[in-house]
Amino acid sequence: MTLSPTLETKFQSLLSNYPADKMRSAMIPMLIYGQDELGSVTPELIAEVATRVGVQPLQVSEVMSYYSMLHAKPLGKFHVQICTNVSCQLTGGEDLWDQACHKLGIGHKEATMDHLISLEEVECIGACSWAPAIQINYDFHHHVTPEKLDQLIDSLRSTHAV
Amino acid sequence: MPYNEPHPLEVKIISRRFGLPNSASISTYLANEGYDAIRKAVTMTPDAIIEELKVSNLRGRGGAGFPTGLKWSFVPRTSPKAKYIMVNADESEPGTCKDRLLMEFDPHQLLEGMMIGGYTMGAKYGWIYIRGEYRYLIDIMDRAIAEAYEKGFLGDNLHGTEFSFHVRTHSGAGAYECGEESALLESFEGKRGIPRIRPPFPAVSGAYQCPTLLNNVETFCTVPPILLMGGAQYAGLGVAKAGGTKLLCISGHVNRPGVYELPLGFPMMRAIEEVAGGMRNGKKLKAVIPGGSSCPMLKADECDITMDYDALAKAKSMLGSGGMIVLDEDTDMVRVALRIMRFYQHESCGWCIPCREGTTWLKKLLTRFVEGAGTNNDIIMIGDLAKNMLGRTFCPLGDAAAMPIISIIEKFRNEFEDYLTHGPKPRIKYQNQLALV
Repeated sequence: MTLSPTLETKFQSLLSNYPADKMRSAMIPMLIYGQDELGSVTPELIAEVATRVGVQPLQVSEVMSYYSMLHAKPLGKFHVQICTNVSCQLTGGEDLWDQACHKLGIGHKEATMDHLISLEEVECIGACSWAPAIQINYDFHHHVTPEKLDQLIDSLRSTHAV
Repeated sequence: MPYNEPHPLEVKIISRRFGLPNSASISTYLANEGYDAIRKAVTMTPDAIIEELKVSNLRGRGGAGFPTGLKWSFVPRTSPKAKYIMVNADESEPGTCKDRLLMEFDPHQLLEGMMIGGYTMGAKYGWIYIRGEYRYLIDIMDRAIAEAYEKGFLGDNLHGTEFSFHVRTHSGAGAYECGEESALLESFEGKRGIPRIRPPFPAVSGAYQCPTLLNNVETFCTVPPILLMGGAQYAGLGVAKAGGTKLLCISGHVNRPGVYELPLGFPMMRAIEEVAGGMRNGKKLKAVIPGGSSCPMLKADECDITMDYDALAKAKSMLGSGGMIVLDEDTDMVRVALRIMRFYQHESCGWCIPCREGTTWLKKLLTRFVEGAGTNNDIIMIGDLAKNMLGRTFCPLGDAAAMPIISIIEKFRNEFEDYLTHGPKPRIKYQNQLALV
């Protein structure tokens, strides 16, 4: 497959991070950076990564299925990840989760019809002292209140509505 | 930017640069004793460095608390194979959020710790395995690495010696299990994160079957200050057998949750009452998870204890990673137990049957309880199942899942019985009243 120039450069740099006969180490970083650009881990991406690190596509699929951040299906443009693990549970994370589900009318690992927003109830994201916390794509939001969550979702919709 | 106000009771060793302007930049680092420790290290013999670490009583900050000097001495430095340095930045134990700050506010300190490790072991390459969710930290570390190359702290023939050292970041992709050292190495090699049977330990056979020095972010960050102040002085900050300071991540029902650097042996109740500003909304303390969700819980009356490895071990709990979660009197322990088990069930890699099946069944039983369909027999079964997972798996995830549940069912059995007599309880709506915001 043809990669965008940015992704091509990224792949080259990832492959140069490991000893020459250990290219397989680059597989997982390549999958995650590839997914960032393509929206999901597509069969073409799997084939491309397999060729570059020198394994069979099946071996890439086998690895990919293990990791919770790698998705075979496209997520929403904005992937809203709400933590409900203990520290967040104690400070209202579960309420935030329910609120987001109701507001968007979707559930765990589902996306809105326009593919703008997807939801995931995630495990600890390492923001326990600033709980409850959520992540939208890679951006952290700390001390999230129900009002703040409403505003965040509304702003995703209004700025990026098609 | 998640950074709480420092507290006067803190002893800031590894977090001392956190508040500085542009603390992540190499110029700030160099202006504040930065890279002095590696310059000192290259004048020392590897044995002297390891000896200094042994004197410092530094114990691994990732959770297991293994003496770092001893771990460093296990790496066969004379082996003809390549040696590698690996940083475990896969911080994911629930309750833990310290490595994030160390990388965000002082990335060069981590790099310097790795360099000292590299020099000591004769390693030429090092990697930082960072959990995929921490993408912004991968970017921060990449920038710091580029700066270090630019200023001649990474590269070949450093400091006018034969020593050459190169560092790269490596992104994970979402797996708690990869914080376990052998699973981390499997994942690093581009495989599923399944633990390896040990021995051989990573010190002898780690990345690419080569000797690998693998430590947590906080452990590596502590090495430069130790070399600068001397092992004995560092040891003196803490208690016998556990030297120095530890980042405690205080979360849950307190007024000032945050990450605080406190000397080992600091009283837990002072940490809650003074450093973290006491219980939120004037509630009473019910229990504390001292070091991340895998640690057995302590009831309020057991919390008159010091925060160090041995004192907590004596109380049948652990200091773990320092992720201290504080629970108030209103907390529904059955729901907490279920949430903990949902986590371990989700994260179990499925390799060892006692863990895969044990966590699955415990989750089912606890779900049944929360839904109000539990039976008296289930209470016994939960305890039995959990106890039978202990020590029967390749890696500690099985134990990590079993230990908190055993402690909850023993210490809060009355709450489970309450569910039997009164049926399911509604979830307590949390009043979002933060003193901070």
